[in-house]
Amino acid sequence: MEKFTRRKFLEISGATFAGSGLIVGGRKIIENSLYATDKTKGIVKIPSYCSICFWKCGLIGYVKDGKLWKLEGNPLDPLSKGRLCPRGNGGVGQHYDPDRLQAPLIRVSQRGEEQWKVATWDEALNHSAKKLMEIKEKYGPQSIAVFSHGPGGAFLKHTLRAFGVKNFAAPSFAQCRGPREVAFELTYGEIIGSPERTDIKNSKCFALIGSHLGENMHNSQVQEFAEAIANGATIIVVDPRFSIAASKAKYYLPIKPGTDTALLLAWINVLITENLYDKEFVEKYTYGFNQLREYIQPFTPEWAFVETGIEPELIRETIRKLAIHKPASFVHPGRHVNWYGNDVQRLRAVAIINALLGNWNHKGAFFKPVKMDIPKYPYPPFPDVNYDVVYNPDSKYPFAGEEEGLTQGIRSATITGEPYPIKAWIVYGTNLIQTLPNQNETIEAIKKLDFLMVIDVIPTEITMWADVVLPEAIYLERFDELNISPFREPFVGIRQPVVPPPHDQREGWWIARELAVKLGLESYYPWKHIEEYLRFRIESAGLSYEQLKKDGVIVGKQQPIFVEDGLQLEFPFTPTQKIELYSTQLAEKGFSPLPTYERPPEPPPGYFRLLFGRVPVHTFSMTQSNPILMDMVNENEVWINSDIGKNYGLNNGDFVVLVNQDGVRSNKIKVRLTQRIRPDCVYMYHGFGHTSKKLKRAYLKGASDTQLITRYDIDPIMGGTGMNNNFVTFEKV
Amino acid sequence: MARYAMVIDTVKCVGCMDCVVACKTENNVPEGFNRDWIAYETIGKYPNLHMEIRSERCNHCDNPPCVYTCPTGASHISDIGGIVLVDYDKCIGCKACIAACPYDARFIHPDGYATKCTFCEHRVVQGLDPACVSTCPTHCMYFGDLEDPNSEVSKLLQSRKYHVLNPETGTKPQVYYLI
Repeated sequence: MEKFTRRKFLEISGATFAGSGLIVGGRKIIENSLYATDKTKGIVKIPSYCSICFWKCGLIGYVKDGKLWKLEGNPLDPLSKGRLCPRGNGGVGQHYDPDRLQAPLIRVSQRGEEQWKVATWDEALNHSAKKLMEIKEKYGPQSIAVFSHGPGGAFLKHTLRAFGVKNFAAPSFAQCRGPREVAFELTYGEIIGSPERTDIKNSKCFALIGSHLGENMHNSQVQEFAEAIANGATIIVVDPRFSIAASKAKYYLPIKPGTDTALLLAWINVLITENLYDKEFVEKYTYGFNQLREYIQPFTPEWAFVETGIEPELIRETIRKLAIHKPASFVHPGRHVNWYGNDVQRLRAVAIINALLGNWNHKGAFFKPVKMDIPKYPYPPFPDVNYDVVYNPDSKYPFAGEEEGLTQGIRSATITGEPYPIKAWIVYGTNLIQTLPNQNETIEAIKKLDFLMVIDVIPTEITMWADVVLPEAIYLERFDELNISPFREPFVGIRQPVVPPPHDQREGWWIARELAVKLGLESYYPWKHIEEYLRFRIESAGLSYEQLKKDGVIVGKQQPIFVEDGLQLEFPFTPTQKIELYSTQLAEKGFSPLPTYERPPEPPPGYFRLLFGRVPVHTFSMTQSNPILMDMVNENEVWINSDIGKNYGLNNGDFVVLVNQDGVRSNKIKVRLTQRIRPDCVYMYHGFGHTSKKLKRAYLKGASDTQLITRYDIDPIMGGTGMNNNFVTFEKV
Repeated sequence: MARYAMVIDTVKCVGCMDCVVACKTENNVPEGFNRDWIAYETIGKYPNLHMEIRSERCNHCDNPPCVYTCPTGASHISDIGGIVLVDYDKCIGCKACIAACPYDARFIHPDGYATKCTFCEHRVVQGLDPACVSTCPTHCMYFGDLEDPNSEVSKLLQSRKYHVLNPETGTKPQVYYLI
């Protein structure tokens, strides 16, 4: 029995259940107002959209006597439905965080020594523009790379495209969702996208493969998950760790890490051999069923048992449940899926099972996302630049993303100078040190640069290495690009300032525009203030900009998103114009056209596979400076199966250093002995173990999983970095 | 008179701490303290486990030891649906209530007085739900009047199995956990 608390001030003594332990604790909208100021008396409510993660929920900021008081969900918004997640509510803490970046900084010593002078915006931007122009002059525009995560980077990317830059990347592809989008695009010709197109709320039965909904707090998805629980949906959770979702599941499959594809192949085997699949759907809409039927023969539940440790009968029973409820049943495609370096093949298996369930665009499984039609701003065309992107030479990874690029591909080109040198990085809103696997490679690359410019809101590890640091106003203090996410209904959301920035921070669009001016690119900004841009786009769509500002969101007309609503199924974007069970595109590029299973490497004796995931109150390594969210969870722990822990003489609350297979040693981390994890792996929340001294609340709190991920296995299909093949052992502190 | 109570569905709760954060901003709870918290209680041996997740706080007991033990009368049962409150002007910070409470629901505010969950009395009098209830993304929390047999909370307790915390202490807690 375990029970734990995060309240710092006491421990609970009287337990209700037998046993003892610890507890862990933890529409009146003012029209046309810019933001409330210190002089504003009373309560003012200003709608905007959240940026504490990338779900972009509609919010209403409450300002009391000119001070930010609280945030609530905007009831008109389809993503929050009037309720924010814990991080969203905690966004208040980001505004008040005393450790925020406050003014522009220019380095005055060696890179990495963290000696700076405070600069004016004019100085910092002139300095940056001069450096970028020198580098472009000497090495060409191809030598500049941009890492940008989130909607805030839109204007910066615009400026740099105008400057001739093509090397853009975001960790959302090669470190997160990439394999899923590639697998579904190969199979259906369409991606899953963000927010996910899963219809959880109407589902009768669904399987989560390692997806820890409820710990991963993507708002509407969690709301739907709870709705499905309340509706009595049959939930199947496959995870080496007894996750929160597992505790809500009817079937928990305690799988050996890295063997998911074996389970998925066995599920396909049972669907076909027991004739449980949707024959009419398969016949009408899919390509390659006969090849699949032939291929799948050896992958029986008995075969999968040896790989996965899941009893053959449990494998049969769970896929039969999914089949009984088809088409209102599905296997969730997950989100962070760069695990083992053969992830596209695993997600192809997921895509195939869903096809066999005949659930595409069916209620209770997947919907067809719809998007508000908002015209783009009529900018002048970007200059013609004739060079190949640096991160995927000779199309080594044939299905690498074009929009989101390959982050680690830019990094390796920076280290080697091949296929051509990269001399400057511009980093917006992504802490590359805590994001990319193998920190030494990131630092090695940074040392080769002539110029590193970072735009961020807090002094993360990547800012420690920057030559110029530009402090951005947080999302509650700025205008930004519109939110036009594809979802259940078309909608558009506005981000507008709720309160002014407290120091000399500036809005991202302003920074991008000023940089453009200093680079001689003012003609690419026909507008002077972002509101001219926003108004133009909204009014071109025939909508009222005043209404958008007042309500925060405008929802368009409902359109059919399910076959049940009259939607026609068509697959125009695959070569065969069918759902490709057998992937003609993979075959053409020399990859297995049917999903392959590779046995994962075993840990050396005395080592445990390192797994990582999310805690509901933090986003990546972006929120550990937030005083409110740090009052919820202020360090991570290493979860160790309690039987194993006892063998090592460990007790709950002991500190250990984790040492990985390459001898890399972590910061000390607290032990959490638990029955909620298999004995062959350990688990930690991602995002802790900060080494930036300026993050006073977060400095050396817990350990960094990213630091321990020195090994990464690259998916040959799309270039994603599989990060779950690292192993650690413990040293008592 | 109304009898306000909270009913929390442990089947839906995912323990995300949204209730804790919403309380913190709504009520300006100082850094280092929280008025509510999450208890995760796991029974069994891997992989055969059962976990109950509970959002916990002051139980606004019908028989509140904190009130009986308070030497100044600061802790009291209010006229507003029996909510247990602290009159901060009368509180001398003696901690007797903290010792008496079997739920560890109270703490001394840095300004020197005992404080805890108020069921967001300031919202309730405006006809709103407590902040935790109205933000919960899983809709697992319900607030209402148990004197009214047609209220959602009354109906839930009539139709579902539930338990309360530390019933053996005789405090008659008014936070109910559906199982």
